[in-house]
Amino acid sequence: MSQLRNQSVEFQWQDPEEEPIVRIEGVSKVYGTMYANDDINLTIHRGEFFSLLGPSGCGKTTLLRILAGFETPTSGKVFIDGVDVTQVPAYERSTNMMFQSYALFPHMTVEDNIAFGLKQERMEKRARQERVKEMLQLVQIDKLAKRKPHQLSGGQRQRVALARALAKHPKILLLDEPLGALDKKLREQTQFELVNLQERLGVTFIIVTHDQEEAMTMSTRIALMHEGRVEQVDPPRRMYEFPATRYSAEFIGLVNLFDGHVISQEDDRVLIQCEDTEQPILVRHSQPLTAGMPVTVAIRPEKVQVMTDSDDQPNRIKGIIKEIAYLGDVSIYHVELPSGKRVKFTQSNIQALAEQPITWEQEVQLGWRYNSCGVLTQ
Amino acid sequence: MMLPQAIAQRSRALIIAVPWFWLALFFVLPFLFVLKISLSEPALAQPPFLDVIREIEDGLVTIKVNFGTYILLLEDSLYVSALIGSTKVAAISTFFCLLVGYPMAYAISVAPKHFRLPLLMLVMLPFWTSFLIRVYAWIGILKGNGFLNQFLLWLGVIDQPLEIMHTVNAVYIGVVYSYLPFLILPLYATLVRLDPILLEAAADLGCRPWKQFLTITLPQSMPGVMAGSMLVFIPVMGEFVIPDLLGGPDTLMIGKMLWMEFFNNKDWPMAASLAAVLLVVLIVPFVVMRHFEQKAAEELQ
Repeated sequence: MSQLRNQSVEFQWQDPEEEPIVRIEGVSKVYGTMYANDDINLTIHRGEFFSLLGPSGCGKTTLLRILAGFETPTSGKVFIDGVDVTQVPAYERSTNMMFQSYALFPHMTVEDNIAFGLKQERMEKRARQERVKEMLQLVQIDKLAKRKPHQLSGGQRQRVALARALAKHPKILLLDEPLGALDKKLREQTQFELVNLQERLGVTFIIVTHDQEEAMTMSTRIALMHEGRVEQVDPPRRMYEFPATRYSAEFIGLVNLFDGHVISQEDDRVLIQCEDTEQPILVRHSQPLTAGMPVTVAIRPEKVQVMTDSDDQPNRIKGIIKEIAYLGDVSIYHVELPSGKRVKFTQSNIQALAEQPITWEQEVQLGWRYNSCGVLTQ
Repeated sequence: MMLPQAIAQRSRALIIAVPWFWLALFFVLPFLFVLKISLSEPALAQPPFLDVIREIEDGLVTIKVNFGTYILLLEDSLYVSALIGSTKVAAISTFFCLLVGYPMAYAISVAPKHFRLPLLMLVMLPFWTSFLIRVYAWIGILKGNGFLNQFLLWLGVIDQPLEIMHTVNAVYIGVVYSYLPFLILPLYATLVRLDPILLEAAADLGCRPWKQFLTITLPQSMPGVMAGSMLVFIPVMGEFVIPDLLGGPDTLMIGKMLWMEFFNNKDWPMAASLAAVLLVVLIVPFVVMRHFEQKAAEELQ
């Protein structure tokens, strides 16, 4: 998985002294008997590009709407810049939102759409025109100023929506599936632009997305949501390498999971007996575990390698290749273990035509290092 | 054998031809008759005019066009003031229909979904009773010792019965009452299609609720306002039942005039030319309406 962001940026905001720009304390939103948000606690720091990631219906959009002021939480509090804004209506908040459907005003020109927020705060005309021009240039649509929304393409509308949301120089920009309506090529290009823009302006971005790749590429941190709860909050790399729960591991990327129980732990080396492997698996895990505790071992497909007899690797399994999916850059292989469980591993297609390619029904030995897999206790 | 394309083209032409044929048969042709009568001379005959194209002797045909009625229309201030009177009544009634109808249409459009249909039914319900009977009912309400006056006297708001019946005010009340649904329905249709997300977007940009209505809802509902207004304005221009039943001698309206020329004066050419002039006058607001409809269609794309 690629990442647009320079890694050093990732921890820049972690100053324990600073008041976070957004603090969500025990927020729940109940519709009838359905918990759209269930006791959510989050802190988001100044200058972050924070993603709320999850499948549809996980409550991520509800949380964004609570931040924007369109919904009032059933319980809990929202602080922006240290001030309790839970009961503050949308039109008095220092957040601006870019809507999934863009929500451009169809009866106004591009210019008037961008100027709309500035007019509400009675900005003086000259300054307003100046700001509109600046915004048009920022998103590179200067030539479209006089057009109406129905005369624009999808990508152009997206830019107008972004310019309109940024025009008031909000402290926080909320983006609801900002790239959802764009085609794949344009989406990738726009990801770059959004990240560049955010780094340049220093505005805190909070984005809602169901696309894990999008969240991984752009975010400083991701909050993975599931059934109204926050499952895990971490930077993309930690989220992928050290999933906290089974749900996190399965939602982001591909993963192989082996259920088992702890045999013994020696410092950070844990030996786990799994149902589907003949030999116990050795895993690195620094938190103390008790013997006999049921756990799951998670291993990413790209960390599983094909072994030869001479390789010295404690984690080893044998199986038969059942399926091969060729994806161009990599191939995904499905291997059936003697127990019937299937294990996935990937190999990059370095050569155009390998001399001895792995084929169907071939028996292979797979292995991985003890420090490239993780233990899930939930 | 015909190519499928040719068949498709032919059947398309056939389908389009149906409304054209309808229009020609039931609108253009009768209008040409009216136009012909308007150009003929009045006479004591049955029917009471001399046809433009007449057979004098065997095989000899004369064509005699008479513009006299049109000249009289322009010269006699009665007709001009009737036209102005109609326009005034139509314009003022349309204004009051908007004043009453906009809040109603808006309220229905923002009501919970399951309430909208019953509310619309309530608006349309009076249509189930004959128009004429409903206008007659207003006589009972508005007359000197009618329900309204009795009620107001009983309340003690007035000590003399109000004189509403047989005044232009009675006409306004009758017209606004009768034509309100024509304004509410198209306006509702426009309002209910507006995207509520746009109001959220406006609120998000710092716009307060009342201003959201003025800057977002109102401008976007203009096509509906125009369509509804035209649906009230155009028929009210030619209205004759309401001014005849509720209005007095001072309510001059072109529709009533036409009725009088036709049935009381038996001057068919005059009545026909009034009808022709009314049509031409009404085509103007109709073109305006079409313009707004097209604009609305463009923006909704």
